[in-house]
Formats: sequence, C-alpha cells, structure tokens
Amino acid sequence: MQKMKLVMVGNGMAGVRTLEELLKLAPGLYDITVFGAEPHGNYNRIMLSPVLAGEQTIQDIMLNDVDWYKENGITLHLNRKVVKIDRRARKVYSEDGTATDYDRLILATGSTPFILPVPGNDLAGVVGFRDIHDVDAMIAASGHYRHAVVIGGGLLGLEAANGLKLRGMDVTVVHIADWLLERQLDQTAAKLLQKNLEEKGLKFLLRKQTAALLPATQDGGEKRVGSIKFSDGSEIPADLVVMAVGIRPNAALAESAGIHCNRGIVVNDTMQTYDPRIYAIGECVSHRGIAYGLVAPLFEMAKVCANHLAEMGIGRYTGSLTSTKLKVTGIDLFSAGNFSGGDKTEDILLSDPVAGVYKRLVIEDNKLVGAVLYGDTVDGAWYFQLLREGRDISDIRDHLMFGQSRVGDVGHQGQHKAAAMSDDMEVCGCNGVCKGTIVKAIKEKGLFTLDDVKKHTKAASSCGSCTGLVEQILTSTLGGDYSPAPAVKPMCGCTDHTHEEVRAVIRKQKLLSIPETMRFLEWRTPDGCASCRPALNYYLISTWPHEAKNDPQSRFINERAHANIQKDGTYSVVPRMWGGVTTAADLRRIADVADKYQVPMIRVTGGQRIDLFGIRKEDLPGVWADLDMPSGHAYGKALRTVKTCVGSEFCRFGTQNSTQMGIDLEQAFYKMWAPHKVKLAVSGCPRNCAEAAIKDVGVIGVDSGWEIYVGGNGGIKTEVAEFLVKVKTAEEVLEYSGAFLQLYREEARYLDRTVHWLQRVGLDYVRKRVLDDEAGRKALYARLMYAVQGEPDPWRECTTEGEARREFEVLEA
Amino acid sequence: MTEWIEICALEEIPRQGTRKVKSGDAHIALFRTQEDEIFALADRCPHKGGPLSEGMVCGKHVTCALHSWNIGLADGKAAAPDVGETPTYPVKVDAGVVFIQL
Repeated sequence: MQKMKLVMVGNGMAGVRTLEELLKLAPGLYDITVFGAEPHGNYNRIMLSPVLAGEQTIQDIMLNDVDWYKENGITLHLNRKVVKIDRRARKVYSEDGTATDYDRLILATGSTPFILPVPGNDLAGVVGFRDIHDVDAMIAASGHYRHAVVIGGGLLGLEAANGLKLRGMDVTVVHIADWLLERQLDQTAAKLLQKNLEEKGLKFLLRKQTAALLPATQDGGEKRVGSIKFSDGSEIPADLVVMAVGIRPNAALAESAGIHCNRGIVVNDTMQTYDPRIYAIGECVSHRGIAYGLVAPLFEMAKVCANHLAEMGIGRYTGSLTSTKLKVTGIDLFSAGNFSGGDKTEDILLSDPVAGVYKRLVIEDNKLVGAVLYGDTVDGAWYFQLLREGRDISDIRDHLMFGQSRVGDVGHQGQHKAAAMSDDMEVCGCNGVCKGTIVKAIKEKGLFTLDDVKKHTKAASSCGSCTGLVEQILTSTLGGDYSPAPAVKPMCGCTDHTHEEVRAVIRKQKLLSIPETMRFLEWRTPDGCASCRPALNYYLISTWPHEAKNDPQSRFINERAHANIQKDGTYSVVPRMWGGVTTAADLRRIADVADKYQVPMIRVTGGQRIDLFGIRKEDLPGVWADLDMPSGHAYGKALRTVKTCVGSEFCRFGTQNSTQMGIDLEQAFYKMWAPHKVKLAVSGCPRNCAEAAIKDVGVIGVDSGWEIYVGGNGGIKTEVAEFLVKVKTAEEVLEYSGAFLQLYREEARYLDRTVHWLQRVGLDYVRKRVLDDEAGRKALYARLMYAVQGEPDPWRECTTEGEARREFEVLEA
Repeated sequence: MTEWIEICALEEIPRQGTRKVKSGDAHIALFRTQEDEIFALADRCPHKGGPLSEGMVCGKHVTCALHSWNIGLADGKAAAPDVGETPTYPVKVDAGVVFIQL
C-alpha cells in the first residue's frame, strides 16, 4: 500500500518537534516533505541571544542538521517558500511553481517581527530579531557602527540590547509604555530591572513614540539609517535599529487558501484548522484566542499534533499557562499569571530595594493567581506550580512569601540561587555535576526540559533535592522561552495518564493485575518500565488488599529480595526491634549469625536497630532462619522504624510511656506497604528525644495526653512535622495515626513521602478527613487493619522451600 | 564450535524475571521476557558493575538495580544518552530447556 503523504510548510522548532514526536509514535506511516524558507536546518531560536552576545555560534545551536532529515527519510527543500495551497486538489505550490501532493498538511509558518509603519522603516540597518539573518546583520553592524537603538522594552528587546552592548555598541532602548516589560512586571520591579540594566551601561528612553527613521547624511552606497525621530520632536543618533515591538503570526498563506484565521491560524484542541486535513502548529496559530511565543507550549502542541497524525487520537491541547524569565546574565527575574490586581485580589509584598529584592504574590479566593519576583527567583517554579494547580493556599499563607525551602536543602553548598553560583560549583551532590556542565549540555545538546537535563547530565536524577536549582539553570540559560513541565504529569513515558487517573480507574473498574490495567488504559509499551510497574503494583495491592495479586517481578530488587542491595551486589539485613527494644537472647542470635556468615560489618542504625552488612544473596534465607526475628522492612516502601525515647518507665522527666506506645504502633502497622518509606517516632515528653518532629508521624507525650504531628522529614530537605491533633489515650493515637497513614496510602502518588503529598493536598484537607469526619476516620483505620491482617512475614515465607526461595538460588553451568 | 550447555527449564525463570548463572569465574544473568524470549548477558552493568540479574525486565531491556541504566537484552548496549556495552551470550530454548554457549 502506498504511504500517505505528509507535507510541512515551515522548518522551525515547533514543526520539527512534531515530526520527531510522530517518528517516535509511528515511524514509516508517512512520506514526509518539508519546506523551509531559510537556508538552514532546524536551529534553536531560543539561543539567538547568546549567538548575538558572542557566546555561541550557529553550529552550536543547530538542533537538526541536514543529515537528520536524510537519516529519517524526509525530503527537505531549503530556501523554498510555499506560496499557494490548493485544498481541493490537495497540492501546495512553491515559488518556482512546482506542486507537491499531500494527504495531510502541517502549517508551521511561525511568525515575523512586527515592523512599525513609520517612514524610513525600509532603510538599511533596520532589522528585526528573529532569525540567523537578523543576528548576522546585527553582528556585522556592531563591527562598523557605534549607535544602536532597540525599539521595544520587552523580553526580546532587552535581550537584543544586552547582546549589542556586549558587542561594544552604545545601546539605547526605546519603549512606548511607562515601564519596561509592562506585560510581565509591575512598575516597582521594572524600576529595579531598569536600574540594574543601567548599571550595565544600557540607556533607556521611556514613554517615547517613534515618528520616523531618518537616513544618514553621507552620500553614496545604499541608504542607511542614521537617526531616529520621536513624536515629541526629539532625535537621537541610530546606526542600527532593532525592531522588537512584537511578533505577528504568519497566517497569510493559510488565509489565501480560505482557512479561517483570526490573528493567527485558528485551530481546535487537536491542532486542526477548519480544514481537518490541515494542521497548524507553533507561533502561527491562534488557539482559544491565544497565540503562544514560548517554547514549552509549542512543544505541548507538537505532542498533540503528532499523536493525531499517528492516528492515535487521544491527545488534546487545552492551552498553557506560561511564565517569564529574562535571559540576561546576572539578572534574576520571574513572573507568571495575573498581577494587574483588581477588586478581588490581595497582594502579599516583600520589598528590599537596597538588596535589590522585590516579590509580589497576588491572591484571589485563597488561590495564588500571579507572582512577580525580582532579585530572588528561587521559588519561581514552586509558585508557578501552586498557580497552575490552583491549590488553596490558606493553610500556608503566613509563610507563602518565604518560599518552599524555608528550612533548606543539603548537598549543594547551601546554595539557593543558581545565578550566584560559579560554573565550577557543584549543583548535584549525588552525581557530582557542576553548574558549568549543565549549562554546557543545555546549550550544546539543545535541551529544553528538566527530564532532558536529568538524562544527559544525571543532575537531579538521584535524590532530586537540586531539582529547583537545575530548573533555575534551565530558565536562566533558556530565558523567556522556557517554562517548566506541564502541571498534569503523566505517570511515565508509557502512558499519558496521571497517577491519580490510574488510581481512580483501578478502583472504579476493579482492576486486579498489571497486564489488565495496562490493557484497559492502553499502555504504549508492552509491559511498562521500571518506573510505572512498581507504582502499578502498589496501587493494585493497596486498593484491593487480599484480592489483587502482588507481582514480585514488578518490584524493585530490595522488595523482591527483602533486603537492601549494596554497591557490590551484597545485601544488608535489618531485623525488627519493636520500638528500639531488644533482649539479650536476640542480641546473642544476631552475634551468632554474624559469626556464622562472617558478616563484615555490624552497624547500629539511626532508627534504633542493628544492620548486618555484606551478606551474600544466597545466604539470605539462612540468615533469616537463624535470626528467627521478624523482617525489619528496612528495604521497603513500608513502615521502617518507630523510634522511641525511654519514657515514663525510667526517665525522670517522662510523662507518658513512649516506649510501649512505639511498640504498639509498630506492631499494628508494620506489615503495611506504602507509597514510600514511612518513619514514626514517639517521645515521652516535650523534650522530644525521639526527634518526632521530623517523622512522617511523630507522637509527643504530654502530661494530659498525646500530640500527633504529621508530614515531617529529616532527609533530602528537612521538613518539620505539622501539628494534627491532641488526643488523650493510646487507642486514639493508634486510630488517628492509622487513619492518617491509610489516607496517605490511598491517595498519595507512588514515591511521594507524606510531606510531598501533604504539600499538595494541604493540611486542611487531612484535618477534614481525619479529624472532622469521625465515621470516615474509623473507616480509614478499619481499612488499614484489614489490609495488614494476615499478611505473611516476607522473611518467613522465603525460609521455607518453594517458589519464593528460587529468587536466592544460583544456577550452575 | 563451542557447545550448548544445558542450564535449567524455562519454567525455572519467572516471566519478566532473571536468574543468576555461575560458570567457574564467569557470572551470567539470564533473562526471560514477557513474551518468553530468553537472553543472557554478563552479570555486570557497564556503568558501575552492578549485577544486572537484580534488575527489572521491561520489554527487551533490563533496568539496572543500582542506578537505573537501561541495558538492551539483545545487544548488551546501554540506552542513549548513556554509553556502554556488556557482553552477550548465545542462548536457545529447546523443548522447554534453556541452553547457553559460553
């Protein structure tokens, strides 16, 4: 059968990304032909500013060179403009009159800079800032001339001005509005920005309207611009004029073919124009009345368009919220959402002009709707996330302004501001990745997303604590064109469904196995990946305890071998010690095991237990049999320890028997699987020797009862647990903690610690479910008790002969 | 010509699972995919030497348990952008019995 013909008009980032996505989904479905008006392959338009500033060359910013098209069997016509579409005959005509047939057509014609309709706008030396050609003209001018004028104080204009200044020109920015970046910033922030840019040597003329561009007086040769005249009659010299007053979608071709346009080619949520055979994508489109100029939304469109072209038909583009970041070295600026104010909005403001910091958060109906940050943008990504999720912020309102990391991350030299870091400073403390390495990879490999950076540099791919820093580096390197990944993240590359959707379907359809779930939700891969399979396995067994069958092959090795794998392939074994209490007999058995299996290292853990290191996998069942103690689950997404202080039994300050409370909690919950590891602690008095304030559930005994705290974390980022409730009896401690943990088990995403889940849903929600709703609380607790009842001890199962034992046996050849 | 050595019954390797095989000093990881295809690789991840037999089998690759590199079962090659390769061994299944060439 003959392949369908796909023709694309335009050879820019959005269009080529669509082809890349399409080739991934359905290679060989189409014969593809691409028309490009420029003489180059697909290059990274975002990086034109660094090219202008002299930090990069065109070769550096090439994303798909001509060979790429060849390798993928794509016919590429460079320097060839398409001038006509015949929709009835399904042909496009190029300038030279040649016709090309299509079955499907993609219009990716991009946009052109808006050129002010003033006299002299056609003089030599008047350029836009859009493509390689413009940049070449600007660089050439900087070598011969002195005075540059940039018309337009928007993102692109300021970046152009910065680049020309670095090229040694005398640069003036002319802007019609009262302040710079008036669409992205409020006046106060814009003034700070202007001051900083003036310190870098840029000049500004605000509230100036251009009246005419006048030619230079010298005679001979082509007529070149010499000065610029304003409507108030004033005049300044200008040997180079850069128009950066906006872009205009290139819709003329579509319009001439009778396709509905309205300031851009109008498309629906599947990126189709009014002619369903014709798709449009990128800066030339108008989607729900909005034209996007940033890269992230364009790539989202590309995904949807490719999905439809691949005949899968499940993607929908529903628009993007975008944020803004200026790509000028040494300037930290972030803005997102709506900050123009209004009757219903409230402002939270922090202003420290001497330190050059200004932050404004705009709130409406208890939700964050806008943010402007200047000088300290570390929390930009976090605010942007709150904004997109539309989460109720009333419970964090009092410290919202101070950002997400009030307490601080570890592992990257205490740094919070990527801009302040030098290239040789370490960003990712797990994988030893420096800032310079990340910047280089972003520039040279053309990376756009956090996932790209993770894959190529390994930064932020282990513990994730430097994710914020890496996102900052991405934004400051890619500038205004970058915006973080979409809020609704699919579970992994195997599906478009989110964690929440998958959980809901498993419950509603009563799915009981992984293959069944994958079939029902049309997984893209035949049997998933190492990231979705463990998640699915957890969702199944936590939703349908005793009904869904656990799949050992979909568990990480530690949960398959019931021990922790070490770098040399040996394992460590931690037996349970209820509440940190042990006996002489247990200690003697541990010592005997250590002798018998020649255990190289015995350590006391931070969770009041004993860890035996360096055990060979084949020996594990023997070790467990000899220990004859319950599994400590130190290897699992499960209840780890319940740390306790000695409490009222011995301590002269103790008010409650914390040790017994800890033992009771541990024995009640120790067989539960969870989205991530869970740690508990019980202290017998407010001195809190068991460090309950940094546990998932921390219980503190006071004279009149027990206080329960939730969502603490002592790891990657220290988080202090929040007060949930005070109760009187030990039974209530069990019921309230159990109900909280069950809610977490039922609703958190796999690999969420309690704190991550809490930050998303808010403590108020948990209060409503666990405190206010008594019947709901009791039901939650009952479901947890049902889930753990009759669960076998995993170690005991493996010490007896049978299939479970096979995991530990080595075959001989 | 090296000979085929009998290792085990196909059923002794779980679907989407692995087994460790030892032959003298050689450590080999045996894999069985969802579709019952069998593959054998040296039991060393090209990254930091992690035992591939402890990884998770998805499609036709194994995800190493130590740092999540993806290694192709058929060619032993790390998935891009990681670079590295681990030796492969010829395997066959005959009447439900797994054979390997060393």
